[in-house]
Amino acid sequence: MNSIAAAPHVFWAILFIVLPLFIVVYYAFVDSSGNFSFENITALKDYAPIFGLSVELSVIATAVCLIIGYPLAYIMARAKPKNQKLFVMLLMLPMWTNLLIRTYSIMAILDDGGFLNTLLNTSFHIVGTKGAVIFGMVYDFLPYMVLPIYTCISKIDKHMWEAAQDLGCNTVTTLTKVILPLSMSGIISGVTMVLVPSISTFYISQKLGGGTFELIGDTIERQFVTGALNVGAAISLVMMILILISLTVMNRFGNGDEGGIIV
Amino acid sequence: MKRLLLLLSVLAALILTLGSCGNADDEPLDTDAQTQQIQNGTVTLNVYNWGEYISDGSFDSLNTNKAFEEYFYEKYGYKVTVNYTTYATNEDMYSKLKNSSVVYDIVIPSDYMIQKMIEEDMLLSFDVEKDIPNYTYIDSEFKNTYYDPNNAYSVPYTYCMMGVIYNTALVDEADVKDKSWGLLWNEKYKGNILQFNNPRDAFATAMYWKGLDVNSTENEDWDKALELLVEQKPILQGYVNDEIFNKMTSESAAIAPYFVGDFLIMAEEEENLAFYYPTEGVNYFVDAMCIPKNAAQPEIAKEYINFMLSEEAAIANAIYIGYASPNTLVSQNEEYIAVMNEYSYEGEDGETAYELLYNRKPSEVNAKYNALIGNDNASCYQSFNPDIQSRVNTLWENLKIADSTEPWIHVTCVVIVGSVIALAIYSTYIKKKRSRDYRLRDRAKKQRGCRI
Repeated sequence: MNSIAAAPHVFWAILFIVLPLFIVVYYAFVDSSGNFSFENITALKDYAPIFGLSVELSVIATAVCLIIGYPLAYIMARAKPKNQKLFVMLLMLPMWTNLLIRTYSIMAILDDGGFLNTLLNTSFHIVGTKGAVIFGMVYDFLPYMVLPIYTCISKIDKHMWEAAQDLGCNTVTTLTKVILPLSMSGIISGVTMVLVPSISTFYISQKLGGGTFELIGDTIERQFVTGALNVGAAISLVMMILILISLTVMNRFGNGDEGGIIV
Repeated sequence: MKRLLLLLSVLAALILTLGSCGNADDEPLDTDAQTQQIQNGTVTLNVYNWGEYISDGSFDSLNTNKAFEEYFYEKYGYKVTVNYTTYATNEDMYSKLKNSSVVYDIVIPSDYMIQKMIEEDMLLSFDVEKDIPNYTYIDSEFKNTYYDPNNAYSVPYTYCMMGVIYNTALVDEADVKDKSWGLLWNEKYKGNILQFNNPRDAFATAMYWKGLDVNSTENEDWDKALELLVEQKPILQGYVNDEIFNKMTSESAAIAPYFVGDFLIMAEEEENLAFYYPTEGVNYFVDAMCIPKNAAQPEIAKEYINFMLSEEAAIANAIYIGYASPNTLVSQNEEYIAVMNEYSYEGEDGETAYELLYNRKPSEVNAKYNALIGNDNASCYQSFNPDIQSRVNTLWENLKIADSTEPWIHVTCVVIVGSVIALAIYSTYIKKKRSRDYRLRDRAKKQRGCRI
């Protein structure tokens, strides 16, 4: 009975997850005429600087998200239930607008002759810098950091606070010795959910980066657009493997047993 | 079991014979199907075009697809429905036609893509002059082109030339006097210059400027162009596509290369914008209507093409799209000229939008460049062979990688990763220490004979 109920999901997973993965692997290991070759993989060394830059920018964006997101999630979880709902809604509100539109709007606001510079009558050059790309990543992916941490903290038993204080913890030590370790799984979920989409983003870097540099997502997109499917597939494959490795490493940090959504 | 097998094989044989029957008299069956379709009113013509590339009835314009349906019904007495879908790039269209079984009756690719599709035998060959009566109105400049030398596959729809857009309030008159691509390399305007964000067009700007062949198969030419682009990179504000509209109209940037038809739209919003065709040569594209080889309704498709060249429909489309029309019924129509002159653009010596679009033919603008390269179509993009394509892709990546990292990024990253690792080690150490302490304490208690 169970297996019948699961059949549509299994079918879905095979058709849209497993099969495409095999197609990616296939394309990564053949040349344009369909013969087996390692050329696509060896060609990847040319993309090392792009890989590096993508990883660096997304690590920074994730760190910023965590620094902003954790206190926010903590405040939200400690607020009155009525206010909690309001906070969550405010956080989700921007996500009702599509990511592409939000990014394009940020570009219009921060541009050299954009809304901000016109309003303040200044000439800040923001769009086209790496800072702008990091800002865009943080802006677009912050909710993915806050929500898992918020859920995690709000699930912590209220008595934990009382117990910690009974045993002589002040506010700071309660936070660092009790709450932080207990919310580790939320942090790891949040980090994953921000890091992975930031590494592979392409729209944000194209629009806010002014096109002066490329992230790996842009490279993959361009490979596919110009018809170089094989190299594109090879880059995607290596990306997936790298992400898988880093997730496994992160899982270790989280004691494995509270891994949340990962792997 | 045996019986079942027998039954199955009989069934299979039956299906096979039935199938082959159907194949044998393909022709009459097809016409039967067609009559059936006509009777049911379900004949559809599948048109696959660029987005925003046909007059669709908005702003009181003529809905040319609907007009075609009416025209066809009046002429032949049965109903054809136009199923109109759009694509964003030539490559999208190509891969859809190449890799899927969807049937289209009309596609409108650009010149180089038509060349490629003809080479790969994807387009239907027909006698354009005979089958499309209105073809006589096409300007001779757009007949016998390099991509379709015998006029056997394509009927021009629109064309548009590239050039340099600049803001007269931000750029000195003296710097644009020589009407050169060199303006894009002028260091005076550092941080205010935009460049195309696709390899083909970006490389072309450098290659026209220095008189290199844009269809070169010599690596050397591409390397030279790359050098120029790398040199240009520090003074650029960015590599952009359609963001150019916003950036130019909001005065975020002062100089950008783009297409004249799009420039006219920008000039509506920002009166300080001006335009010139660089004297060194420019690219222009022609988008032409073609019938794919596997079209289901090639005859109706020809009617459609002919209708799109007829005066009313062609003018409506030309006004809607805003690019130049190769159709003389349009370009010499008083009403159309009047509409074009409603554009607020006013160039040197009171040049109107119409004059900017039509007074100078691509062959005239490119005369110098074509003579230099020694080929009448030198300024047009030809379809790349795979080697050059991947070479250009690699060079483009090199351009994007050039000076793309800044020290502060490395430093911040090292600090973040370093502190995460330090924290991890510290917490592991604390945990180990604590568990050892507990163990020691437990052992001590045990030795003292306490219960744990």
